[in-house]
Amino acid sequence: MNQATKAFFIEIVKRKYGRPPLYIFVLLFLIVFIMVLPLIHLVIRGAEASYNDWRLLFSIRTFEIFGRSFLLMMTVTFFSFLIAMPLAWITVRTNLALKKIWTVLISLPLVIPSFVGAFLFDSVLSPKGLLQKLLEILFGIEKIPEIYGLFGATLVLVLLTYPYLFLTIRSALSNLDSSREDIARSLGHSFFSRFIHVIFPQLKPAIIAGSLLVALYVLSDFGVVSLMKYNTFTWIIYQQYESVVERSASAVLSLVLVLTAIIIITLEYRTRGNEKYYRVGRGASREPRLIKLGKWQFPISLFVVFIVVLALFLPISVLVFWFVRGISFGEPILLLWEATYNSIFLSIVTAGITIFLSFCMAIVLVRHKMLINKFLEPISFTGYALPGIVVGISLVFFGIHYGLFLYQTKYLLIIAYIILFFPVALGTIRSSLLQISPMIIESGYLLKHNYLGVMVKIILPIMKSGLFMSGAMVFLLTMKELPATLILGPIGMKTLSMAVWSASSEAFFAQAAAPALMLIIITILPLSILLKRNNRFLS
Amino acid sequence: MKISFDSNRYFGKRLLFCAVFVLGLAGCAQSTPETVYVTKEVVKEVSRDPGKLVIYVGRSETLVGPIVKQFAEVTGIDVQAKYGKTGAIAATLLEEGRKSPADIFFAQDPGGLGVTAKAGMLKPLDSDLLEKVPTWAQSKESLWIGLSGRARTVVYNTKNVLPENLPATIEGFADPEWKGRIGWPPTNGSFQAMVTAMRVEWGEERTRQWLEGIQANEPKIYPKNTPTVAAAGAGEIDVGFVNHYYLHRFIAEQGEGFGARNHHLASGGVGSVILVAGAGILNTSKNEENAKKFLNFMLSPVAQQYFTGQTYEYPLVEGVKANPLLVPIDLINKPSIDMASLDDLKGTQELLRSLGILN
Repeated sequence: MNQATKAFFIEIVKRKYGRPPLYIFVLLFLIVFIMVLPLIHLVIRGAEASYNDWRLLFSIRTFEIFGRSFLLMMTVTFFSFLIAMPLAWITVRTNLALKKIWTVLISLPLVIPSFVGAFLFDSVLSPKGLLQKLLEILFGIEKIPEIYGLFGATLVLVLLTYPYLFLTIRSALSNLDSSREDIARSLGHSFFSRFIHVIFPQLKPAIIAGSLLVALYVLSDFGVVSLMKYNTFTWIIYQQYESVVERSASAVLSLVLVLTAIIIITLEYRTRGNEKYYRVGRGASREPRLIKLGKWQFPISLFVVFIVVLALFLPISVLVFWFVRGISFGEPILLLWEATYNSIFLSIVTAGITIFLSFCMAIVLVRHKMLINKFLEPISFTGYALPGIVVGISLVFFGIHYGLFLYQTKYLLIIAYIILFFPVALGTIRSSLLQISPMIIESGYLLKHNYLGVMVKIILPIMKSGLFMSGAMVFLLTMKELPATLILGPIGMKTLSMAVWSASSEAFFAQAAAPALMLIIITILPLSILLKRNNRFLS
Repeated sequence: MKISFDSNRYFGKRLLFCAVFVLGLAGCAQSTPETVYVTKEVVKEVSRDPGKLVIYVGRSETLVGPIVKQFAEVTGIDVQAKYGKTGAIAATLLEEGRKSPADIFFAQDPGGLGVTAKAGMLKPLDSDLLEKVPTWAQSKESLWIGLSGRARTVVYNTKNVLPENLPATIEGFADPEWKGRIGWPPTNGSFQAMVTAMRVEWGEERTRQWLEGIQANEPKIYPKNTPTVAAAGAGEIDVGFVNHYYLHRFIAEQGEGFGARNHHLASGGVGSVILVAGAGILNTSKNEENAKKFLNFMLSPVAQQYFTGQTYEYPLVEGVKANPLLVPIDLINKPSIDMASLDDLKGTQELLRSLGILN
């Protein structure tokens, strides 16, 4: 090896493990700065807490309620996985009929805001709900058993959150190189053995990322648990805010929530090994053969239909029912064009910025081994674990005191969205970045690209599907976000989710149904983009 | 690679088409309601710039948006209204402090107003304004004023319960015959205000006994009024302790066939306490004149008529007739409790917590 080649390889190694350029550091600083705002505010308010507030923390049977939150988190994550994994498999690897349509329909429940979703499911599944009415007509059943408590909360939350796991697993699965599977097959491994030993390990980062999203969503959810009568930590925080008695007490409670999130993320961090998820062999990656379902086509279709009916058709038909019933009794219906525009604008901008920022952070996390990496991820995840109301109020504090030019503008609201949804993008982008072989990146340096050049010309194109996926998820989440939007939205601004809330909270069901349906219709768009992108493989 | 590039471009066009389609859909839909208030624009004062007014509204826009809009149209004032939940808005105001851009806080209940009043953020109101509403419906320090009233009531399922079998006072529901038949929303602000009223009227011990009595009857818990009324309508519960006006919303939406009705307790008392939604002017208001105009307008016959006609609440100004669908306020045997005395929310929550009703 001559001198020049040696120097060249040293250069490559430095770029791989060395420090990123300065502008990346600036961006990282910006991200961390935004992310810690709610924490700083909570600490300020928490420090004001009196003896009484701390007593409240211990009088609310903290441990019991904490245990309940934790239990719910586990059950929802587990069952979401049980639904999402096979669905992802079916829609990527088999010749299921109408695969593309099913994929969109399976993902759609993501857009149903949980404060509406819970109400919709409740009006169907409550002891005297619509389902019971149907059963009464058909079989004369006068009352169906209550679903409230852990069961109901789990059921509804699973139906609302399994798409997170479905989308992340699906994205990883469609980018998976099938050569390892082919080897396993040639060695005589059965389907299940191949799944356990070859596919599952490669999907692990995606599964963990998706599970984290589901788990932390559950931790911060308020809408479902309150209606399903399952007491959790977040419900109590909301009660505190609702009754506005003691804000330092709610800060203390929120800090406990943040702490939990940090512990969960650190645990997740520990479970990550040093496995490689990219392909190492030579030659082009092969598309896996589609499994022909044959006689299984019907039962598997039935399973897919069952999930779609339960998670999507049921809530939508309640909305349509409300809509029609309201109109028939003379309720005025108005769809707001302005609200639609605002929702789309905010969601697109938020998705764009969030993808950009999380891409930068993911690069650092995956490509550079630095000490600060250990802190970057937990810090960036805390916002997602916090209830929207906490993030909203904290930005009121910073906006009014230190950023008046931003206060009551869409920009501050977008910052709140970024705090809330950054981790959603980060998880997906990080796991798809792990699938890129460092050799591809090194060959970029060989072609004399600089750092930015490699990112833009090599990494970005390969990652397109992952980026679109995370962008679409952030888009959907922003569309349905409510508490922070209510607090930080510029005066007079309306969004679709605000319109839904404004009507549904006062029992104007027909008027709530119109914007809710609009929300779902608009969402079909980014989901179709997602699909389009996602069906292509690394080449 | 080339092929996929082409398909992207094609896809882009389709995307554009979809976007145009969706926007078009939204565009068509908004054309109808625009015309409603056009006739009123004639009244605008032309003499000088009427200025602006920033209102933080802790009530739903669907409910009070139209009357706020009407105020803007009649006066020509540039009204900027921010809608949200009373609790969250009160918390926002506390964070904003002296820098708050708000002129008026229009809250769902005295609790939210009390918090801002205690923080010294509200300004005493003029006596000509205060004289318009009864003294029980305003703050002792004249810091806020009630704009509309809502009665606490018992909503019952018409199939399972005959109104004549309902007890005469709310204490009657502690009887074991109501076991498993009651629903209540203990985390709800109005419910807690009723318990506060009980503590004022009955004292701590009797309130505790009543709560324990209901607890023993294993009430079903709901997060707020709406699902409680829905449950009574569906027959999931036989009776529920709620505010009166939700029922009328359900009837408007689902027709007379809705399965529940309100029952105002025959002997009245604290179970029939009337709560108010009200408003106050912020200390830091830069548009005080307009703020006063707004409160005056909200207490004008037009606005009071709107509240009773459209939101099924009770008017607080003398001479305005309540909606004929409502039981007249004189027939509700309401206790003589001042709204201002209901500010010990903290004590109520502690009581509820000590009984395990709240967490």
